[in-house]
Amino acid sequence: MSTSPEFRVDVYQNEYLPVGGREVNAIVTVAATGSGGAQAQGAAPAAEVIIVDCSGSMNYPPTKLREAKRATAAAIDTLRDGVRFAVIAGTERAGMVYPREGGLAVADARTRQRAKSSVAQLVADGGTAIGRWLSLADELFRGQDDAIRHAILLTDGRNEHESPAALEQTLAACHGRFVVDCRGVGTDWVVDELRKVANAMLGTVDIVADPVGLEADFQAMTATAMGKSVGDVRLRLWTPQGATIRFVKQAEPTVLDLTGRRIATSAQVGDYPTGAWGTESRDYHVCVEVNPAKVGDVMLAGRVSLVSVSPDGRDEVLGQGLVKATWTEDTARSTKIHPVVAHYTGQAELAEAIQEGLEARRVGDLDTATAKLGRAVALAARSGNTDTATLLAKVVDVDDPVTGRVRLKTKVSQADAMTLDTRSTKTSRVRKS
Amino acid sequence: MTTNLPCPDCGTDVSPDDQFCEACGGGLGVQAPVDGCAACGATEIDQDGFCARCGFRRPAARDRIDLDLPGVAGVSDRGLRHEHNEDAIAVRRVDGCGEVVVVVSDGVSTSDNPEDASAAAVEAAADTLVAALREGDDPARATRSAVVAAASAVAELVRDKPSDNAPACTIVSAVVSADRVTVGWVGDSRAYWLDRDPDAPSSCLTIDDSWATQMVAAGLADEETAFADSRAHALTAWLGADAGEVRPHTITVRPTGPGVVLVCSDGLWNYLWDADSLAAQTLPLAMTAPLASARALTRFALERGGHDNITVAVVPFPPRPASTGSTQE
Ligand SMILES: [Zn+2]
Ligand SMILES: [Zn+2]
Repeated sequence: MSTSPEFRVDVYQNEYLPVGGREVNAIVTVAATGSGGAQAQGAAPAAEVIIVDCSGSMNYPPTKLREAKRATAAAIDTLRDGVRFAVIAGTERAGMVYPREGGLAVADARTRQRAKSSVAQLVADGGTAIGRWLSLADELFRGQDDAIRHAILLTDGRNEHESPAALEQTLAACHGRFVVDCRGVGTDWVVDELRKVANAMLGTVDIVADPVGLEADFQAMTATAMGKSVGDVRLRLWTPQGATIRFVKQAEPTVLDLTGRRIATSAQVGDYPTGAWGTESRDYHVCVEVNPAKVGDVMLAGRVSLVSVSPDGRDEVLGQGLVKATWTEDTARSTKIHPVVAHYTGQAELAEAIQEGLEARRVGDLDTATAKLGRAVALAARSGNTDTATLLAKVVDVDDPVTGRVRLKTKVSQADAMTLDTRSTKTSRVRKS
Repeated sequence: MTTNLPCPDCGTDVSPDDQFCEACGGGLGVQAPVDGCAACGATEIDQDGFCARCGFRRPAARDRIDLDLPGVAGVSDRGLRHEHNEDAIAVRRVDGCGEVVVVVSDGVSTSDNPEDASAAAVEAAADTLVAALREGDDPARATRSAVVAAASAVAELVRDKPSDNAPACTIVSAVVSADRVTVGWVGDSRAYWLDRDPDAPSSCLTIDDSWATQMVAAGLADEETAFADSRAHALTAWLGADAGEVRPHTITVRPTGPGVVLVCSDGLWNYLWDADSLAAQTLPLAMTAPLASARALTRFALERGGHDNITVAVVPFPPRPASTGSTQE
C-alpha cells in the first residue's frame, strides 16, 4: 500500500477590512510532506504516456528527431517496474508506437527493451494535430482510474492540422483526467499555444531550444511523475452565501489561473482540479468578495480544503485552511496588505507584463513593449526573482532596475525571447514566517 | 436523564426546566443561547463556529452579556474595536439577608489571555464574598479576602499555561447591604455612588491605581496635565503572577438616602467620568429599572466609539429584599 503524504495547509492574509470593505485576499500554501518522496518506489500505481512529435519538421535539423528518440528511451528507462505505459507518435493523426496493438504495457526489463527498439525506428513525416494526440492518450488512460496518470508531450511546431476550436474542445474534455507536461523543442512552436495545453492539463511547459537538452529533461519529468503518490487532488472552496469568487490562482511554483476551471458541487462549494501530488508545495491566491458586515464581526470568507477524489467517488479531506474577514475602523490595520499576498500579486503582474511586453514587441508596438518589459524588470528586481531578471536582461538593456528604465535590445535571439515568454509564469518564493 | 447546564450568572448547575437559578435567583431565560446563526438564522454551524450558510461567526458567549437579577443588573459588551471581550462580570445575591454582590474585572489587553484573568478574578472574588458574608463576616473583611482570593486565582493561571507575560487584570467589587456599601478594588475599574437626590453629592468611591491618578494624588501634577500624558492610563497595580504583593483598597460608605451603586470598567468611564454627570444620566430610571439603565450606559459608550470593552453593573440602594423568585417578571 502507498503511504500518502501529510498535507499541511496554511493561510496568509490580512483579515481586517475597512468599514464597508468587501474584497478578501489570502495566500493558501499547501505542503505535502512525509511519504518518502521520490524514493517511494512501488508507492502508488502509475500510468505514463509519452507523446513524440513525428511531424516532418523534426528532421530539420535531424538532431531533433535523434535527440527526441534518445530522450524517450531515457524516460522509458526511468519508469519503475509495474508502471503501465505507452508511446504515441504524433502527426496530423496519432499512432501507437508501443505497444503497437494499443493499450498500455506493463513496465519490466523486456517491455522497456521492446519499447525502446520501436522508438528507435520512428520516422518523421506528417503534420501536427495536438488535440488528436491527447485524445488517444485519454483513450489509453481510460480504466486506469486507480493510477496516477501522466503524459509527456513533445512538439516542435505549430498546431497546424486541426482548428483551434477542435483543440479547445479536446482540452475541455481531457481537463482533470490526466496531467501533461509539455515541451517545445527548437523555436518554431508557439509559446501561447503550448502554454494553453499545459495549463488546461495542469502540467508544466518549457522550452528545450537545443535538442541535446531533451534527454535530461525527459528523465527528470518522468522521475517527478514517478514520485507522485496521490492523484486526483482537488482544491475545494466553500464561500458564504452571496459571496463572489473573484479568482483562484496557483501562485507558486508558477502562475496558473484556475478561476474558470471550477466544478460546482453546490451553490457554495466548488472544486478546482490540481492533478497529482508528490512531496512538494504549492501556493494558491484566493480572492473572494463578501457582503460587508458590522465592525467587530468575524466572517468565514472561505474554507479551502485539499480533497483527494477516489475512483469510487469517495472524497478524503487531506487538509484545510480558513480565510476570514473582520471589519475594523482601525485603518492602520485594514489598509495593510499582507506581505505574502503582495508578493504573489506582484509575481502575477510580472508574468502579465512579460507576456504583454513580448506580444507588443512582436507586433512592432515598441513603446508598449518598452514600458511593459521595463515594468517587468522593476517587479523582478523588487521581488528578488533573479531567474526571470536574468532572462529579461537577454531581451532588454537595463539602465535602472529599480525604476524599470530599459531599452529594447535590437538583436534578440528567437530562443531567448521564447524562453522568457515560456518561463514568465515562474514565480519566486517568499519568506512566510 | 436530564443534562444540567451552568447558570450563566453564577455557574451553579441548574436544570433546563428551571426558570430561575436556585443559587442566585438569576432569570435563566435572559441568556438562553441562540440556536443557530445569529445573522441569518441557518441552523448548521460548522466545527469552527462559523455559519455554514453565511459564514458569520457565532458571537462568542462573552461578546455580549446581559444580566438581570432581582435588584441588580449588569451588561458586558465587546465594544466596537476589540475582537474579544476581556472584561468579566459576576453578580450574586446572598440569600436570606438581601445583600447584593457585584464584581467587575478588566483584563489587561497587553498580557497573555487577559480574558482568562478577568474570568478567574470575578469567579474567585464572588465565591469568596458570598461564602464569607454567609459566615457572617463583616463586608470590609469579606471584601479584602475576596480580592486576595482573586489575586491568587489569577496568579495561578501561569501554572497551567506558563507565560512570559502573565495574564493580568483589574478588579472592583461592591457589597450592597441594607445600611452600607462596601467597595474593594485594585487597578482602574471603578465604583460610583450616585445619589437619588440631585442636590446631594454623588461621588466616585474608588481611586484608580493608574499613573495619572497617582500623580494627582501625590500632588505632582494637576488633573488635566496628568490625564493628557501618554502614561495616564498605565496601571500602577493589578492582579497577576507578576503583580507582586496585592494590597486591596477598600472603602465603606453609609448612604443616608436612596441612590444607586454603579460599578464599571474604563470602557464606560473613559467617556463619562464625572459622578454628577453619571447621576444625571442614570437617575431616576436606574432606581426601578437597573437593566434598562445598564443598557443605556453601554449604548452611550458604544455610540461614543466603543474603543474598549464596556462593563456596567447597576445596584439600586437600598437593595430589594430577597424574593421568592416566583413573583419576578
Ligand atoms: Zn445562578
Ligand atoms: Zn448565518
